[in-house]
Amino acid sequence: MKFGAVVAVALATGLMATACGSSNTSTGSKHRVPPTASMKPLDKVGAGEGLLNLIAWEGYVDDSWKKSFEQTTGCQVHAQYAGSSDEMVSLMQSGGGGQWDMVSASGDADLRLIYGGDVKPMNEKLITDWPNFQTYFKNPQYNTIDGIHYGISLQWGPNVLLYNTNKFKIPPTSWSAVYDNSNKGLVTAYDYPITIADAALYLSKSQPSLGIKDPYELTKKQFDATVALLMQQRQLIKKYWPSASEEISMFQNGDAFIGAAWPYQTIQLKAAGAPVADTIPSEGATGWGDTWMLATKAPHPNCAYLWTQYVSTAKVQAEQALFFGETPVNTKACGEMEALQAGSCAQYHASEPGSYIDTIHFWKTPETTCADGSENCIPYDQWVSAWTTIKG
Amino acid sequence: MAVKAVGRPRPKGGGAVPFAAVFWRLPWLRSLLLLTPPLAWFVVIYFASLVLLLVTAFWTTDPFTTQIVQVWNTTNFERILNEPVYHDIVGRTVLLAALVTLTDAVLAFPFAYYMARVASRRVQTLLFAAVLLPLWASYLARVYAWILILNHSGLLNWSLQSIGLPPANIGYTNVAMWVVFSYIWLPFMIIPTYAALERVPESLVEASADLGARRWRTIRDIVLPLALPGVVAGSIFTFSLTLGDYITPLLVGGAGSTFIGNVVFSNIGIANNIPFAAALSTIPVAIMAVYLFIAQRLGAFEAL
Amino acid sequence: MEGLWTRWLLRTWVVLILLFLFIPILLIFLYAFNTSNIQSWPIPGLTLKWFSSTFDDADVRTSLGLSLQVGLIATALALVLGSFAAFAIHRMTWFGREVVSLMFILPLALPGIITGISLKAFFSFDGVPLSLLTIVVGHTTFCIVVVYNNVLARLRRTQGSLIEAAMDLGANGFQVFRDITLPLISTSVVAGAMLAFALSFDEVIVTTFTAGAQNTLPLWIFGAIRLGQRLPEVNVVVSFVILVTIIPVVIAARLTGGGGAARVPAAR
Repeated sequence: MKFGAVVAVALATGLMATACGSSNTSTGSKHRVPPTASMKPLDKVGAGEGLLNLIAWEGYVDDSWKKSFEQTTGCQVHAQYAGSSDEMVSLMQSGGGGQWDMVSASGDADLRLIYGGDVKPMNEKLITDWPNFQTYFKNPQYNTIDGIHYGISLQWGPNVLLYNTNKFKIPPTSWSAVYDNSNKGLVTAYDYPITIADAALYLSKSQPSLGIKDPYELTKKQFDATVALLMQQRQLIKKYWPSASEEISMFQNGDAFIGAAWPYQTIQLKAAGAPVADTIPSEGATGWGDTWMLATKAPHPNCAYLWTQYVSTAKVQAEQALFFGETPVNTKACGEMEALQAGSCAQYHASEPGSYIDTIHFWKTPETTCADGSENCIPYDQWVSAWTTIKG
Repeated sequence: MAVKAVGRPRPKGGGAVPFAAVFWRLPWLRSLLLLTPPLAWFVVIYFASLVLLLVTAFWTTDPFTTQIVQVWNTTNFERILNEPVYHDIVGRTVLLAALVTLTDAVLAFPFAYYMARVASRRVQTLLFAAVLLPLWASYLARVYAWILILNHSGLLNWSLQSIGLPPANIGYTNVAMWVVFSYIWLPFMIIPTYAALERVPESLVEASADLGARRWRTIRDIVLPLALPGVVAGSIFTFSLTLGDYITPLLVGGAGSTFIGNVVFSNIGIANNIPFAAALSTIPVAIMAVYLFIAQRLGAFEAL
Repeated sequence: MEGLWTRWLLRTWVVLILLFLFIPILLIFLYAFNTSNIQSWPIPGLTLKWFSSTFDDADVRTSLGLSLQVGLIATALALVLGSFAAFAIHRMTWFGREVVSLMFILPLALPGIITGISLKAFFSFDGVPLSLLTIVVGHTTFCIVVVYNNVLARLRRTQGSLIEAAMDLGANGFQVFRDITLPLISTSVVAGAMLAFALSFDEVIVTTFTAGAQNTLPLWIFGAIRLGQRLPEVNVVVSFVILVTIIPVVIAARLTGGGGAARVPAAR
């Protein structure tokens, strides 16, 4: 009986504890104000605290530029790498925050972090290079709300169409190639719900009657059509790629010949001598814009600001851009990129005017509220379960 | 050792160590004291966690901020029951776990039999070390090595081609998952099977032979029943480890290789929908409860 | 009793299984020398450059250090708790014995992702920040059973008569423990500890959910694999770990596998 009693007590305490737990209720009003909106950011950057804990995409805190930062500021950098935007959100929210200073979130994670109260406003005036940023990235919708900056933009890039040049002698010019039945067994796609937006973007051009304006704001009808297209595409796919190195390996070893990719994969494959090329098809592309965001309970805010200042400088921006194959937000980085690798500024569109950026549909979190203010759009949690259904 | 008291030793008067003496006289008290720390650890940390998870399964999340809304409901379970895709995923996971377990049992038994009953002491030690050693090579690195073997231009197809056979092309399929899982968990089957086979008393086997039983009959009627608890013990590991994995399906699986673990992981890691993930987790918990009940009946706990 | 044919069949089987077990490991060794950071067959070229870059990599050293630290603490805790439980249960005949055994096996028998997410939920509920401590708690929970099983199995095979004889000769509880019980169970404790450490050292899933700003070696490997920039470094580290552990593993195998105790007919 003793054991039963012990379990009963455990159950009871568990239940009691949960019953007494704070209940978080959602507000659901249209004009939401981020919980940390009224927090006042730092006025000036003090001495570093000696430590900096970051959540980052792999390759964002590489030794080649981390070391000199640690030497000059004395801030020891600890980076935890996350495989997706949503892993970042999950990490930021775990254990009550408390231990992380910054996260290099992409646009599709930003709003969730902002409205979840996990990040707080930053003072852009403390970032020396901020005036040199491309106009769009000073106040992008995904990290700036009511004029308050919840982070400092870092880099951005498009989701390109990667293909094997031996298999595709004539370069594909449309995303239709990845939905074409004649390419059965050759196609791959990113194993992540935001891939639905890629299909929606294609449908917005190929089936204008659906009336898709923004691939992240889909009504039920538009969403169902997009999911149907992806279900059909599933028959063409041998494997969805869960991380960059899988896609690289698949292209290298003859398991994939065409599919959406980051420019990073193209660079790595070309370096290994693989016959590949990439393109932004006529429909345009989705893309990501990354932001360094400051955790609400960041224990080392001064090191965090020092880090943001450092990664915003033209030189570091250029180094990271070339390492990962993405585009710096600092317009001054172009010269540094040319110095490191001639022709790279144009290759990564770092010198393009603002109109080019308008053709890229940056990742953002799908919400119920559509652009017209109606509440008819499909929110992100349904994207996730639809993605499970698509993959089967 | 000095012999002090011969005859009635137990009640050791004149407390050199009276504290210990109390324990020897009251074995249940000693047991209780010994059992308290590990039991407390389990109840306070592990069971409290599991209960919390089960309770969470009846909550939902706010779709946008993904924070938990603590309202008691069963929507999560209804979703699992009503959407056929979850049936497929659960079926695939359980089927593959069973298949891997069976495969490992078949692969492991002759190996363990050789180790326990044929090999010399020296070979026995070396084989045992050879089974243990792969456990030290990172799981992830081993899975990656298998991708190198199984992919389209990998070692397997290359070898097949060089001896004039057609390529197997099993990379990124459920067959690939079956092979890799069987590989990864094989040591967990060999070890308990070997331990059980070693404990089969030689005298019984000899008696059986003396009574005129043929070799296969001895194996079937004497060795197998006695080794069964070991095999079942091993199967607990192979079955549950396959049932709960999500990394191998992610890396070596193909387009239709989603496991329960993947959905759980994407609902935590991607959607941050912990209540739904918790509801899904109750499925492997229930399956393992049944499995452990049967295993216990077969005496597997004695052979772990 | 096995005929010549059976022996040869068994031998062939053993060789095939050994090949199955070790071909991937040999590939890990080989690709530590890969010139490219993309794995493809056949290997495009050989180089030693990854060795120096691995030994210069501060992340590798930190994560290896953390893994050793976690493994040692978790093993030590599991040794204490697991042996306590084994001693308690060994003497007991009450019905709860099976229940306790079942309980300890749960963290290994239930999928790691469940242990992981429930612990994560528990820690976040209690407001415990994820840290070295939470990783250790997670690992200890599933390591206890390994020690428990090993020690319990050995205790069951230990002749009770030895202990009774010692007590008849006037030894007190502590003396019996020190002079009789401890030597008898020491090899099983060592074996249990080795296995517990190995489990902790290679654990990915539970660690994913219980680690905070720390990377254990498997987490570092997972990160390195995802981007693939330094994939061969993973092979270098893993090869290094295997080479370092060969001797301890063989010793442990001698202690447990070929050990005489296991050959003693069960005294039950």
